[in-house]
Amino acid sequence: MDFLDGMHLDVLKEIGNIGAGNAATSLSKLLSRRIDMNVPEVKLIHFNQVEMVVGGAETLVAGVYLEFTGDIQGTILFVLDKVSANNLLSLLIPNYSIKNEDDFSPLERSALQEVGNILAGAYLGSISVLTGLSIKHSTPAFAFDMAGAILSVPMIEFGQMGEQALFIENIFIDDLNKIESNFFLMPNIDSYPIILKALGVYK
Amino acid sequence: MIERIKVGMADLNVVKSPGILVTLGLGSCVGIALYDEHVKVAGLSHIMLPSSKMIKNNQNRAKFADTAILLLIEKMLDMGAKKDRLKAKIAGGAQMFTSATNDNNLLKIGERNVISTLEVLDSLNIPVIAQDTGGNYGRSIELYAETGVLLVKTIGHGIKEI
Repeated sequence: MDFLDGMHLDVLKEIGNIGAGNAATSLSKLLSRRIDMNVPEVKLIHFNQVEMVVGGAETLVAGVYLEFTGDIQGTILFVLDKVSANNLLSLLIPNYSIKNEDDFSPLERSALQEVGNILAGAYLGSISVLTGLSIKHSTPAFAFDMAGAILSVPMIEFGQMGEQALFIENIFIDDLNKIESNFFLMPNIDSYPIILKALGVYK
Repeated sequence: MIERIKVGMADLNVVKSPGILVTLGLGSCVGIALYDEHVKVAGLSHIMLPSSKMIKNNQNRAKFADTAILLLIEKMLDMGAKKDRLKAKIAGGAQMFTSATNDNNLLKIGERNVISTLEVLDSLNIPVIAQDTGGNYGRSIELYAETGVLLVKTIGHGIKEI
């Protein structure tokens, strides 16, 4: 049986649901405007279905990567396609206009890193409140490259456990723009029993 | 129409000339291309992890450098290739993100994948005649069974034949 078919899936789903509401609130505060978020969808994909996440292994995507440590350890990856990233930047940066179709400027990169930072804080904060575990996270790293290459990072992490990867699809919407993003939250193998125990799933 | 076969993540495949094997968006994973020039049989494997030995869930042989290379050779021998004629080219093994703490094993997985791949090929006496690995960017590769050429494409780091 695939490792992720069982209780780990339920744990990650629960974390995803709790964290997402918190994330939308944090983002609304940052942008000082109302951001609606659809109910986040927790999805499970096989390694050969990377295309299903962002529309092709060679599609250019932005990735913001963080590590968390403390009572539990793991990594987080926040992924956006170029159009969604630009829509998000137009909300963050006053009088924003797209300067380069094929890359991001240092300002744009750091703005996206900050969003990744805030979302990570929101998700991890939710886990912390729920479980009483102490968790802190690193500063974010940024990359803009082929989706297959960026997603190989979480796929490899999940690859140690099974044949599938689990992620949370968030769609944020303000009045005009639609921002589709994918959020990978990956506790390392040793952290699952700690989370389950803290949640009271087993003693 | 030339056959063009896509090799996914943790997957492998073989083809005879004039077929082409393609794998898209290699990051920390490694693409291992084997070729028998004499019979023009090509094999391509897209591995994710260095070794099957430390992982409990290791049924998918195409996922690990050690088991994938053996499986790929088996499939190539079935198509008429000879082991002592095989030559290897490898690409990928990048580090997509730079860690703030710099001691994360996951981030160094690209490098570990490359080292393990080279070790396994060496233990099988298969010469590695070309290599395009490392860096912090993704690669798409195409292996031509007609010539054994491996085409490496990147975003912003050029295209090359190795």
